[in-house]
Amino acid sequence: MNHSQPFVRTQMLEAKEPPLAEKGVVKWMRENLFSSWLNAFLTIVSILLIYWVLDHLLPWMLGGIWNADSLSQCREIRDSLYPDGRDVACWAVLSDRWHQLLFGFYPPELYWRPILTLVMFGAAISPILFNGVPRKLFILTAIAPFAAFWLLWGGSVWMPVVVALGFVIGWAVMKFASMPLGSLVATILTILLPVAYWLFLAGPLAGALDAAVPVGIEAVQTDDFGGFMLALVIGVSGIVLSLPLGIVLALGRQSDLFIINKCSVAFIEIIRGVPLIVWLFTASLLLNYFLPPGVQFDIMLRVIIMVTLFSSAYIAEVVRGGLAALPRGQYEGADSLGLNYWQSMQLIILPQALKISIPGIVSTFIGLFKDTTLVVFIGLLDPIGLSNSIRASTDWNGIYWELFIFIGLCFWIFCFSMSRYSQWLERKLHTGHR
Amino acid sequence: MTDAQSIAENRQIDRSHMKVSDEVAIDISGMNKWYGTFHVLKDIDLTVYRGERIVICGPSGSGKSTLIRCINALEEHQQGKIVVDGTELSNDLKNIDKIRSEVGMCFQHFNLFPHLTILENCTLAPIWVRKTPKREAEETAMHFLHKVKIPEQADKYPGQLSGGQQQRVAIARSLCMRPRIMLFDEPTSALDPEMIKEVLDTMIELAEEGMTMLCVTHEMGFARQVANRVIFMDAGQIVEQNEPEPFFTNPQSERTKLFLSQILGH
Ligand SMILES: Nc1ncnc2c1ncn2[C@@H]1O[C@H](COP(=O)(O)OP(=O)(O)OP(=O)(O)O)[C@@H](O)[C@H]1O
Ligand SMILES: [Mg+2]
Repeated sequence: MNHSQPFVRTQMLEAKEPPLAEKGVVKWMRENLFSSWLNAFLTIVSILLIYWVLDHLLPWMLGGIWNADSLSQCREIRDSLYPDGRDVACWAVLSDRWHQLLFGFYPPELYWRPILTLVMFGAAISPILFNGVPRKLFILTAIAPFAAFWLLWGGSVWMPVVVALGFVIGWAVMKFASMPLGSLVATILTILLPVAYWLFLAGPLAGALDAAVPVGIEAVQTDDFGGFMLALVIGVSGIVLSLPLGIVLALGRQSDLFIINKCSVAFIEIIRGVPLIVWLFTASLLLNYFLPPGVQFDIMLRVIIMVTLFSSAYIAEVVRGGLAALPRGQYEGADSLGLNYWQSMQLIILPQALKISIPGIVSTFIGLFKDTTLVVFIGLLDPIGLSNSIRASTDWNGIYWELFIFIGLCFWIFCFSMSRYSQWLERKLHTGHR
Repeated sequence: MTDAQSIAENRQIDRSHMKVSDEVAIDISGMNKWYGTFHVLKDIDLTVYRGERIVICGPSGSGKSTLIRCINALEEHQQGKIVVDGTELSNDLKNIDKIRSEVGMCFQHFNLFPHLTILENCTLAPIWVRKTPKREAEETAMHFLHKVKIPEQADKYPGQLSGGQQQRVAIARSLCMRPRIMLFDEPTSALDPEMIKEVLDTMIELAEEGMTMLCVTHEMGFARQVANRVIFMDAGQIVEQNEPEPFFTNPQSERTKLFLSQILGH
């Protein structure tokens, strides 16, 4: 038989509708849920499982009681509502104590201050999060942490101003001393002068200014901080501070300079090799021994420092992975154009390395945020600590699930938004294959 | 010989600006380099005058890349002297950055910055190293992008361009620094034949304008047409150097003959 029959098409074919069964939902289900016997079996088992969970959970959650003053009252209402003996959630604990879960023992008439802080923080950070770094807003972003500190803790306005002045001093030294003194001396001075100023001058100066021009708002003690406000203050400060520190450590670990390299490695390995809870105890018990006598360090500040150091060690390793993933050609391309070390890091290497590291960095941040719950062990009232203290009252003794579900949900919302943000950022920074 | 080589040969070359002056551009004397205990470059002596177009060839691993990378201090040499444009390469970082900003370099794999647009790739170094105002740097960049014939790609990212286009951008990026010397390390060996032609044409144009060029390449057509000197390296040494015509028609060393027969004789 001849297989190479000549063939010429005389009429082109029209496009037809696909067969009915192959369209839309049915097609999707057949392809994804019932593509084989095993797949169909797993689908059915999963559906049954989900049904079983929801069947138990939903009536309990949706039938919950929102208005009651105590757990026993909750139970009375439940028994009168559902004579069949069914159990329902007692959400009344949330309506009764939500403000404590969110703000701890912060004075209720001052709730506007943390809320204002949150709004201000959002305003300061969102341009950075969504549009890159607009230089004009830098001032605002630089002022925001000090304003936030003042709003949250209150007291004299001069303390944050005086502390901020230390950074201005550092900046001025860096700007004007590097020309006459050379970069090494200038760098050392940039670090030493502000630190000396903070340790020895800042306190008396703030006191004197306050005596001369007393301006301030009602002070709130750290002991009164609690709930999600506490978790957010520690978490956000830790996140904001640990990123730059982690980047510096990663660069240090890559550095050719022996001392810097070894110091970075030692720092990272020591911090990472010890559980966070140990560092937190160190912060609460030991740190004061290392400070000059008379210098009192707020416990919250100490915790923030520890959390920052801890997560910066992780960030450093994640960023180092990103740095290592860059082809050597990128370093050479930057070098061959005459860019110096800092320029090539800032303009070429870090933007790409950080982009590669986004998933790891965000994971670290999510971990850090959840780890703030560990401060409960050193006596700070994070959401978990508050749930304990709510249970300690006779009204709500014995209530667990409702509180934990609420706390879990709040944490999940924050962490999930971070995760979504990181995915969005990755898509935005994607500039085609390399 | 490949198509690209014959195409490059077909082109009429304007030699009116190709003049070699007596001014020394690069002076290498008694230079040695080791990788660990491995002696890569042995007693290199090479003087490049302004306006020269030098092609360096040789078998793989002979140290060609290492040699031209030493000129802009991408590699460190351990012995001997390298003077570029009157500045000696030493460990002083200021000298190194100065030389690098005077010497342009193109790599085999382009090394464009994938997170920046083509225009940003070209304006980055002028803005940050030369402190050129942004507007002016962009005008210069567009000028050179016109020259390499891809001004319309200015707002794209490197990942969206073909290999030949990327290499031309890389050349434009170097030119934006207004270098007095250009180094090329196998600029065409990662490219398909028709792209090789685009890049060679750009390089020929550069040569026609009198640029001092050092090219590591195996494009012998380019060497014949454009170079005023061909250097053959083997085992870390300069084995033979000559003008292209005698180099190709009448090589002296056995190694050169063998190499040329391998690369040309098929
Ligand atoms: N970083 C390095 N460490 C150790 N040895 C190296 C290094 N870079 C190159 N070499 C070795 O030095 C020798 C010269 O390398 P070079 O890259 O200069 O060769 P080349 O002439 O450019 O070869 P090719 O044509 O393959 O590019 C080779 O034997 C190579 O293995
Ligand atoms: Mg090479």
